[in-house]
Amino acid sequence: MTNYFNEMMENGAVRAPYAHLQGWVDQMPAELRNLKQAEAEALFRRIGITFAVYGEGGDPDRLIPFDMFPRVFSGQEWSRLERGIKQRARALNAFLADVYDRGEIVRAGRLPAKLVYLNEAYEKAVAGIRPPKGVYSHIVGIDLVRTGPDDFFVLEDNCRTPSGVSYMLENREIMMRMFPELFAQNSIQPVEAYPEILRRTLASVAPEKCDSEPNVVILTPGHFNSAYYEHSFLADMMGVELVEGQDLFVEGEFVWMRTTEGPRKVDVIYRRIDDAFLDPLCFRPDSMLGVPGLMDVYRSGGVSICSAPGAGVADDKAVYTFVPEMVRFYLGEEPILQNVPTWQCARGDECKYVLENLGELVVKEVHGSGGYGMLVGPKSTKEQIEAFRAKIEADPDNYIAQPTLALSTVPSFVEEGVAPRHVDLRPYCLVGERIELVPGGLTRVALREGSLVVNSSQGGGVKDTWVLAE
Amino acid sequence: MKLTVEHVTTYVYDQPVRGVVQSHRLLPTQCQNQSVERWNVTVSDGMMGGSFRDGAGDQVQAWTVTGPVERIEVRVTGVVTTTDCAGVLRGNRELIPPVAWLGETGPTMPDSGLKALAAGASGETALPLAHDLSARVSEAIAYTPGATDAHTTAAEALEQGQGVCQDHAHALIACARLRALPARYVSGYLFTDSDGTGHEAAHAWAEIWIEGLGWVGFDPANACCPDERYIRLGCGADAAAAAPIRGIARGPGSERMEIAVAIASAQQ
Amino acid sequence: MLSRTADNLFWLARYMERAETAARLLEVGARIAMLPNSEQGYRNEWEALLHANGTHDAFMKKYGDPVQRNIESHLFFDRENPSSVISCITAARENGRIVRTALTTQMWDALNTAFQEMRQIEREPRSDQSLNRLTDWTRRHCAMVRGAMDTTHLRNDGWDFLNIGYYLERADSTARLLDVKYWVLLPHADFVGSGLDNYQWRTLLRAMSLHRAFHWAYGGEITARKIAHFLILNPQTPRGLVPCVEALNLHLDRLARYYRRPTEAQAAARNMMARMFETSTETIFDEGLHEFLMRFISEIGDLGSRVHAAYLNGDVR
Repeated sequence: MTNYFNEMMENGAVRAPYAHLQGWVDQMPAELRNLKQAEAEALFRRIGITFAVYGEGGDPDRLIPFDMFPRVFSGQEWSRLERGIKQRARALNAFLADVYDRGEIVRAGRLPAKLVYLNEAYEKAVAGIRPPKGVYSHIVGIDLVRTGPDDFFVLEDNCRTPSGVSYMLENREIMMRMFPELFAQNSIQPVEAYPEILRRTLASVAPEKCDSEPNVVILTPGHFNSAYYEHSFLADMMGVELVEGQDLFVEGEFVWMRTTEGPRKVDVIYRRIDDAFLDPLCFRPDSMLGVPGLMDVYRSGGVSICSAPGAGVADDKAVYTFVPEMVRFYLGEEPILQNVPTWQCARGDECKYVLENLGELVVKEVHGSGGYGMLVGPKSTKEQIEAFRAKIEADPDNYIAQPTLALSTVPSFVEEGVAPRHVDLRPYCLVGERIELVPGGLTRVALREGSLVVNSSQGGGVKDTWVLAE
Repeated sequence: MKLTVEHVTTYVYDQPVRGVVQSHRLLPTQCQNQSVERWNVTVSDGMMGGSFRDGAGDQVQAWTVTGPVERIEVRVTGVVTTTDCAGVLRGNRELIPPVAWLGETGPTMPDSGLKALAAGASGETALPLAHDLSARVSEAIAYTPGATDAHTTAAEALEQGQGVCQDHAHALIACARLRALPARYVSGYLFTDSDGTGHEAAHAWAEIWIEGLGWVGFDPANACCPDERYIRLGCGADAAAAAPIRGIARGPGSERMEIAVAIASAQQ
Repeated sequence: MLSRTADNLFWLARYMERAETAARLLEVGARIAMLPNSEQGYRNEWEALLHANGTHDAFMKKYGDPVQRNIESHLFFDRENPSSVISCITAARENGRIVRTALTTQMWDALNTAFQEMRQIEREPRSDQSLNRLTDWTRRHCAMVRGAMDTTHLRNDGWDFLNIGYYLERADSTARLLDVKYWVLLPHADFVGSGLDNYQWRTLLRAMSLHRAFHWAYGGEITARKIAHFLILNPQTPRGLVPCVEALNLHLDRLARYYRRPTEAQAAARNMMARMFETSTETIFDEGLHEFLMRFISEIGDLGSRVHAAYLNGDVR
């Protein structure tokens, strides 16, 4: 039986960050709890924060379950995390700047050339193009799990367009509305500055050709996208336009948006669409979502695109293994946050180990996301494991494996009352002229008993994440 | 050799379009194989966009035309002095490492035919191997204008045994990559003698990376390596990526394109 | 604002107004169904309203008989009928969702509540739906959206695009209703004054919820001239043509001032207004009511295209 680290209770005593929550739970009768839960749900539905899961059909206005029991970090715990996250975000950006320039890390033999240059996410089209301030990934979402008081592991990096930050902000708003007394008792650092910092970050990477207050926009694939709510929420909170590809066009050296008063120049595009759909002239010719000619404007310094096209090469699951090496190579520092040990099925000896130990491991597709296409060995039947074995043998390059981590638990409201459930954490690090991190993030919780999969598409929920003032 | 270039591409739309965006690789590569004396590109009613040099060393120039417009003419005129470097590309400044040119794209995706063709080639080192591959592609695909179109893949061209320079280049690229030699598609111009040697003035060929030499051009359509008759414009993973003109028109209706290229020797 | 945002606001309003029109037609249809079936003409009555709504052929093809259940299906529930209440509210809400941030919370609430309740109604068995409930429900929610807009929306350019959508739709629907009555049922002015005719005109007024207002304003016998004056020229009639054109002028002028740019749409609306002020019932009947209405409908359509070109299509320079 694995011993999971319970973030609230240690050896029968309440850990300091959770001190005020014991009484709060004790004083909340079941009826009140149900009432509050219903209230929270009504609030979420009213503001329209819903999500749809690709290919699953069903209700397009589904709510992501919200668990009212907060997840708490002490100021000390957070400051170490913060240093680790910022360090990682710096290293990832240094890596991107390098591989689209001379590729020193490859020349130095610290990282295999094919892993980078034959990676699907590597874009030849942006080699030699240096984006403003040398930043490629402006919003770095780093998925962390915890296994002990001081043991945090990075599960994966998200350098393209990590989603979920609207939940971080809305969860906090709803908690403050429903439980103001908790905020009086605990000194909880606010997260509400995020949109403002994001806007400042984006404005700070405006192109040199921009000689006035930069016009920042968010580019969405459209209102059918499952994350449309988040796009429109962020645009609203930042006070910037939410545009679709059809709202933009290229003329001369710049990108313009179509307004009721005529064309208005766009300086910074926070895009929430994939590289392949940005510009049919450069990438997929069949893309209806993008803006023809956008990439030429970008490459000649007429507009900034955040994250930069090609940034995905840094968050590839196979490249992930080398991030600690990047920290040492570019920053000359020791990594503060550890990677989860990872076996590359692309390497014969490691693949052999994986196939021999499938029952103990978590196996993932290199390019997969959202908890799909993965095998959780200890939770799978013999048949499932054998089926997966065949898939790995057929295409070993496509898989990596990791040990099953003993994810920490946080008390959560369940049918029977309060019970520990496994959690992870995604903080959002902003990289522009400065590197900034709001004290908080998105805590995802596996609401099914014993489940280690926190993805919203697989029965996961979310929690408000508190960082206490020191 | 001093060559003059006159290259006119005309786009005609059956109904006026709202606007046109183009991306040009119409400047001769800056390298020791050629030097530009005079060069001029115009786009009728066009507005010049941004320009930059990409990671493969190509000079890219963007253009836009604000509609409504029914007809666009892109005119390239210039004079270039070329030098025969035995097919080796010399002095091109590029950042993309050769290994990045090993990846397949749609038109160069290998099938059993290409695999067999590639496997049959021999050569103790990369250079003779590349020559043999090029010779085999020349043999396997007969130069037949009109037998294929812009979307024909290397595999399809090989299967029917006919094609034009684009198909030859695609097939050679696919075979070279199969033999672990980085390869890419090059577009440019070719001076055709009055006696008819050399096919297609708006031309395309392949470059293969030979360790120690660098990028070496192979033209299976003409069974030779590029010499002083060739002017190099740009490169890419396949024909679409290396196209001298890429463009999109916004609006309904269809587009008709006419190309006229004249390459002449300027001596005497 | 983004041209697309303005376009979404414009259509949000048009669809809400269209939903209300459908509900009103439904009410009239139900009223017809309650009258004795012997008298010739009631069936025609119903068909005429479908003509005005532009869905006559689709209805006949799909349902055939204009019995109440078919009428309800067609005008309220049918998603294949783009003018049904459900189609219109779905489209209005989708337009609203796309531009959520351009709406006030109250407006979104009103729109979203209508949509959520509508989905509930769809799930309930049809036998539980009384027609009165459906029409009341529609009118209430249309009023709530309009009310939320009137009380909370900033008087900015978005406000103008919403109103332009509302009034263009309203002008078009009133003119069409009026024309159908004239065209289908009154080919000769001599018939005015017959018993049948009065009934038909009353139905028309009812379709616009104006039957009581009419009697307050004019009294006495219902004549074609009074109706024409009431629905076309009277500046007090809420769904009349002159008030719609006046409102369109107001909002187009506001936009021109706001953007410091006159447009052809503004000029066209001004011309329409000037001509309306010079018009009397006599000149209308001299020209021919049908001819007058056809011209008006085409002018309104033209004004819509000019608004599109001046602000909404994104090619503004």
